[in-house]
Amino acid sequence: MLTGKVALVTGAARGIGKAIALKLASQGAVVIVNYAGSKEKAEAVVAQIREASGEAVAMQCDVSDYSACEALSKAVLEQFGRLDILVNNAGITRDGLLMRMSEADYDAVLDTNLKGAFNMIRHFSRSFLKQRSGRIINISSVSGVMGNAGQANYSASKAGLIGLTKSVARELAGRGVCVNAVAPGFIATDMTEAMAESAKEGLEKLIPFGHMGKPEDVAEAVAFLAGDASAYITGQVICVDGGMAI
Amino acid sequence: MLEKLISIIEEQLNVEGMEITESTSFKEDMDADSLDLFDLAMAIEEEFGIEIPSEDLGNITTVGSVVEYLKSKGIEE
Repeated sequence: MLTGKVALVTGAARGIGKAIALKLASQGAVVIVNYAGSKEKAEAVVAQIREASGEAVAMQCDVSDYSACEALSKAVLEQFGRLDILVNNAGITRDGLLMRMSEADYDAVLDTNLKGAFNMIRHFSRSFLKQRSGRIINISSVSGVMGNAGQANYSASKAGLIGLTKSVARELAGRGVCVNAVAPGFIATDMTEAMAESAKEGLEKLIPFGHMGKPEDVAEAVAFLAGDASAYITGQVICVDGGMAI
Repeated sequence: MLEKLISIIEEQLNVEGMEITESTSFKEDMDADSLDLFDLAMAIEEEFGIEIPSEDLGNITTVGSVVEYLKSKGIEE
């Protein structure tokens, strides 16, 4: 259980982030539901958590903005005094074959998915160090583990997250902070719904389980990494992908 | 101030019982790594109520250099 813990989930207004926020709240954590633009959806997640007698608050921040992340970290630490669990989930896609990919589409994906995680970790690292405890969970992707045609930018950002995870895990290991990544496979969300047909085509055939996963499948792995039971695990990538990356 | 500082150093770097003078080097004499120094800086910030910007961390190499640094921030005691 996560009673008394404060958790921040970026990009938690929908999809996997929403499922993670709901799961952590159901285990007793106070959850900060971060969103960039989907205010109403974030408020709906907060309302859903409160209806189930959980505690949650929505906070806006575009994670690709370094100083906005600093402001968010200050607001969180001011209001709650600490952060125990940071889930870097916020991510976007701008799919396309590399030879047709614009610089803007490459940069946008890297800025949100990879730099966003750096921004958040950077601004909370001081408080994690002081506490000598904490959990950082970065949501990578099977695309970052295996690569995926049509997602050069996305898979680069998600592979980058794995490198970030391992380095920060080494830096913070002596300070009681565990840093891990979860790499979801093909999960039924708005994001995969919007994926280019070229990227989706035949993907289900690549899943040994033969079907897509649910956001809740990913949330279970995150909850495990957020809890006390995983205290001896750091720098790892857990694939929640129905066997895709085997 | 030096006494206060030494007790922080002893606690943060686990070097109780060691003879600490102003010329004691954190890296060479106390085997501190950069994260240890970051930790130490945070403890000093808390104790003396100042903020040490990351770019100033590089100047902190010996106990004496911290004393000088604190003096430059107007801290005498």
